[in-house]
Amino acid sequence: MPSTVLILGATSDMAVALAKKFASKGHNIQLAARNADRLKPLQSDLSIRYNITSSIHEFDAVKFEQHQSFWDSLSPKPDITISVMGYMNDNDKVIADQNETLKTIHTNYSGPVSILNIVANDYSAKEQGTIVGISSVAGMRGRQSNYIYGSAKAGFTAYLSGLRNKLFHQKVHVLTVLPGFVYTKMTEHLNLPKLLTAQPENVADAVYKGVQKKKNVIFVKWFWRWIMLIITSIPEFMFKKKKL
Amino acid sequence: MTKKDIANWGNYPVIESDEKSVSFTNDIQQYAATTKNFIARGNGRCYGDASLAEQTISTLKYDKILSFDTEKGILECESGLTLDKILEVIVPKGWFLPVTPGTKFITVGGAVASDVHGKNHHVDGSFSAHVIEMDVILASGEMITCSPSAYTDLFWATCGGMGLTGIIGRVKFDLKKIESSYIKQKQVKAKNLEEVIRLFDEYKHYTYSVAWIDCLKKGKNFGRSILILGEHAKKDELPDNKKKEPLKLPAKKQITFPFTLPSFVLNTFTVKAFNFLYYGKNFKKEINNVVSYEPFFYPLDAILHWNRGYGKKGFVQYQFVLPLERKQGLVELLQRISDQGLGSFLAVLKVFGKQDDLISFPMEGYTLALDFPVRKGLFEFLDQLDQVVLKYGGRLYMSKDARMDPSVLKAGYKRLPEFMEIVKKYNPEARIRSVQSDRLALTTN
Repeated sequence: MPSTVLILGATSDMAVALAKKFASKGHNIQLAARNADRLKPLQSDLSIRYNITSSIHEFDAVKFEQHQSFWDSLSPKPDITISVMGYMNDNDKVIADQNETLKTIHTNYSGPVSILNIVANDYSAKEQGTIVGISSVAGMRGRQSNYIYGSAKAGFTAYLSGLRNKLFHQKVHVLTVLPGFVYTKMTEHLNLPKLLTAQPENVADAVYKGVQKKKNVIFVKWFWRWIMLIITSIPEFMFKKKKL
Repeated sequence: MTKKDIANWGNYPVIESDEKSVSFTNDIQQYAATTKNFIARGNGRCYGDASLAEQTISTLKYDKILSFDTEKGILECESGLTLDKILEVIVPKGWFLPVTPGTKFITVGGAVASDVHGKNHHVDGSFSAHVIEMDVILASGEMITCSPSAYTDLFWATCGGMGLTGIIGRVKFDLKKIESSYIKQKQVKAKNLEEVIRLFDEYKHYTYSVAWIDCLKKGKNFGRSILILGEHAKKDELPDNKKKEPLKLPAKKQITFPFTLPSFVLNTFTVKAFNFLYYGKNFKKEINNVVSYEPFFYPLDAILHWNRGYGKKGFVQYQFVLPLERKQGLVELLQRISDQGLGSFLAVLKVFGKQDDLISFPMEGYTLALDFPVRKGLFEFLDQLDQVVLKYGGRLYMSKDARMDPSVLKAGYKRLPEFMEIVKKYNPEARIRSVQSDRLALTTN
């Protein structure tokens, strides 16, 4: 029987690439996002192109109280759950407006934790399943230009690490993905260095491979591991003076 | 906002633009309603300055297939979908594009906005003849569904209208039934122009026909060419080893042109050598074989970025059409090109069938397309050619154009005032405009 993949936050470019990748390998796809109407074109596209079953579901990361009923409504339950949701705005705007601060924290941290707890309970009872969390290298060290987003992602990365530790004993696989720069609609206005920047399709390929090989933590482009090693090794008394 | 340099396939001109990608219809509507001086942009495969503007909205992520009726052969998709992706889906189900240009790397929106034609124009017309209906998002943000029977003015001004009426959204069009993914090909050598024109007529029952002309030959070999003809192969016409999987997709064999060649590499000598080899490879007068659709329709797609071969300064493609009864114009134009020796890798000749649309390029007659690397003296020379084209009642293709004078456009397209009225109706403040539309005085303040 073909397995089913749930994609949370399915309207982003990375989510589209992930959906296509898994669909092209014969998986059925459940697409979930706040505005499910927007998912209809992708739903038809996946079904026609890859001859798989695809469904769409209303899901809002910050409506925590609805998360349980959302999960209960899914049939079949997905074998793989991928959390792609995320929100990044200009840091100055985020710190100037409390609503923006909370939106950043909730979409990148509280929301994913709330829904993945429910998924994890189900998987751990069944002793099977895969959870993929798309976090960020921005969570590896707080920088003045992006620390609200970064701290929320840091929390999410720590959550995934703890979850992996716990679920390992229940045979559930947890994959942490730390993409560096990726060309998406979210980053289109930024001038990203070509060499360091991945396409959403590269992320999807890396995730697919990471799931197959039961990896723990992956960076999409290999050198990001070393870049982040350097960045995290800079002593704090020096780091605080830098403009990063 | 960050600006970036963009150019179309000819790498001329290069301009700075704010490019915004969209994935959803309502985001396009919002963009249209709130942005000034913008044009929609697909894969940038027109040659000149058509999809260039201060602000560009990229449709490449607006590329979903919405429905595919495998019984009736009808496809419905978003405008940013490219033809290569469509072929991957429809060919295995026994369908083909109703009309395809010489590259599969164009979007459906681009196919409509340029009203592209293919080797089957004399039989099947241009792309617009197969469009059942489409959505156009106007500058106001309003979305209108138009077709040959609803909002017909908008429909016909959008087909070939270079994106000036609005942003093309959803497009629904019909497909061509095929039994196999192969083409029964016939190649016939012609000694000169007169012979190839005669051969076009002799083989006009063929669905696909096109000729490659060597424009540097003079004297009795003036206009020597290879006429390429084709039909979709029926299942029982396939060789035994292909019968098992008649609708197989061709394997992806692509090489990338690795760097931009210095402009001096292309000169009369190298072009002559290329043409000699190209013509000489067909040893016999006539070759008949069965080939995959890929090399037949898209020979140049196998070399990604082949445009780099023309150097940093880029190139322009010059494509004109002359009415059927004025073929002596072809002789005069080819003569001038040959005398000038400005060189062209490819000169492609094709006979168009009847078409008389509002602003689409094709009309019954002979169309010739040539590449010219941008260099000193070229534009003056092309201005002279324009006058010859007009003298014989012809016109130029806007999708290839980067330099013609507005008067040349006006003289060639008799219904231009009518087209401009419709553009004004749907795009009243000319917020939708391109470098080309400004240059050609199609949009003014």
